[in-house]
Amino acid sequence: MRRHPSFVAGGVLVLLWLAAVLLSFAWTPWPPTEIDIPNKLLPPSAAHWFGTDSLGRDVASLLLAGARTSLLVGVAAVGMGAVAGTALGLLGAARRGWLDALLMRAADFSFAFPALLTALMLAALYGPGVATAVAAIGLFNLAVFARISRAAAGAVWSRDFVLAARACGRNRWQITWDHVLPNIAAVLIVQATIQFAVAILAEAALSYLGLGVRPPQPSWGRMLNEAQEYLFQAPQLALYPGAAIALCVLGLNLLGDGLRDLLDPRLARERA
Amino acid sequence: MTALLAVTDLRVALPSARGAVEAVCGVDLRIERGETLGLIGESGCGKSMTALAVMGLLPEGAQVRGSIRFDGQELVGLDDAAMCSLRGRRIAMVFQEPMTALDPLQPLWKLVSASLRVHRGLDARSARAEALRLLERVRLPQAAQRLDARVHQLSGGQRQRVMIAAALACGPELLIADEPTTALDATLQREILGLLDQLVREDGMGLLLISHDLAATARSVARVKVMYGGTVVEEGPTAAVFATPAHPYTRGLVAARPRVGAPRGTALATIPGRVPALGDLPAGCPFSDRCGWVVEDCHAALPPTVDCGEARAARCIRLGDISL
Repeated sequence: MRRHPSFVAGGVLVLLWLAAVLLSFAWTPWPPTEIDIPNKLLPPSAAHWFGTDSLGRDVASLLLAGARTSLLVGVAAVGMGAVAGTALGLLGAARRGWLDALLMRAADFSFAFPALLTALMLAALYGPGVATAVAAIGLFNLAVFARISRAAAGAVWSRDFVLAARACGRNRWQITWDHVLPNIAAVLIVQATIQFAVAILAEAALSYLGLGVRPPQPSWGRMLNEAQEYLFQAPQLALYPGAAIALCVLGLNLLGDGLRDLLDPRLARERA
Repeated sequence: MTALLAVTDLRVALPSARGAVEAVCGVDLRIERGETLGLIGESGCGKSMTALAVMGLLPEGAQVRGSIRFDGQELVGLDDAAMCSLRGRRIAMVFQEPMTALDPLQPLWKLVSASLRVHRGLDARSARAEALRLLERVRLPQAAQRLDARVHQLSGGQRQRVMIAAALACGPELLIADEPTTALDATLQREILGLLDQLVREDGMGLLLISHDLAATARSVARVKVMYGGTVVEEGPTAAVFATPAHPYTRGLVAARPRVGAPRGTALATIPGRVPALGDLPAGCPFSDRCGWVVEDCHAALPPTVDCGEARAARCIRLGDISL
């Protein structure tokens, strides 16, 4: 693990982010949604570490609270997509035949639409909001996990130990649960980390477009949106949430990369 | 009394790029309880496919014709649920590669007790106890300390012991061992085969041993069937078949064995040519393109099985001309 700098760097960034989320539940320098118009657009100071925004809200507090939103949307969207998608992928690999073909073509079909377009459609149907953002990102993740778990499970099904398990009289569902799922877990964990980064970017993009988180709930994407009008007077307002998003996504990607290498025994042997 | 296993005119066709090819073309087998039968031949002669057909574990798209009766019950066309209840409980199989046929992520006790948990519904506690008993029975060193070990912590021979223990868990009536010693070195081969032999005798199981190793087979089974190109070309009591092979292919096989004590520089006898791919078998006798005694009639049709006395038989039309 010490030999893997990207795993360590990614882990540190992700832990910092998680610490920020935990901290935000207990304490923020100011109430994140408290509007204080007379003190708007202040530069960084001892009282307001990162200054205040166009409505006089404390940027540091907003960033902390925004981390909470990105974690919530990420966990919900990736969690739903990963669980449901993996279940479908495992089902397809175990059943084969027409059901498998149907599931995989449905996944292909959903890939044909950019996730953002799906989100626009959902927002048009059900109105913008956190739930819409989670549903749109979750739907995209579902297809991703269905494809990946189907491919990985297909490879496990062709291994000798599955044949041996069948020779013991185990049926396909027992084999799926006891042999296939544990053997594809590493792939899924790595993918979940990377999808988490994608989900955070997507949440920021949707909120920036006004399709995601509604005011007054803080979100890094909405902070970017609001900073846009004051880009010349207070460019730092765009820099802070931008940097937060970038660091968070970078951290998750590095962590995913490191995990992939660490969990892959073939690569581990090469390193040794 | 019905035979434990009676296979009649088994034909297995596998899908390939050039359409279905027959990997097994009309194999007959009969194994009684407590009987041992060897199936020998080169890679690709159909011996493993015969075993997988009995287990109902053929690759997807394979077509099976003929009859496989296990204790009177027809297995060809049996649904998967019914096959699942037989596999591991009444018919068990030991695979050739202990490196790949054991799940690397599961602890030994789970691997060994898999069929017990399926068929007897044992809880984890009694499954562990049974696993320990089985591992001690196959003489795995330090079995008690290794119940939670993973496969990568074992040597090749130990892995094969684990696989045998798993196969024996439910006390099957028929054990199919597909090249159980191929991945092991010579001393371990003897040990594992000796162990199998002992366990089979203790439990009164029927054993179908599949191998390409003549010496290993000769020690372990009472009767042997020699396969070539998907058919059984010769069969009989093991000692007699190896002492005086009748079929030209068996003669070639026996002659090609290295002999300890042969003068230095003696070239190994070989069978000319190579095993043809499944789709490219010659017409008539599958061995006709490599046989030294081939005549025109050999290409006409698959030779019938000729009884040679002493419970022996061979598929060759020239048995009378090529003296034993």
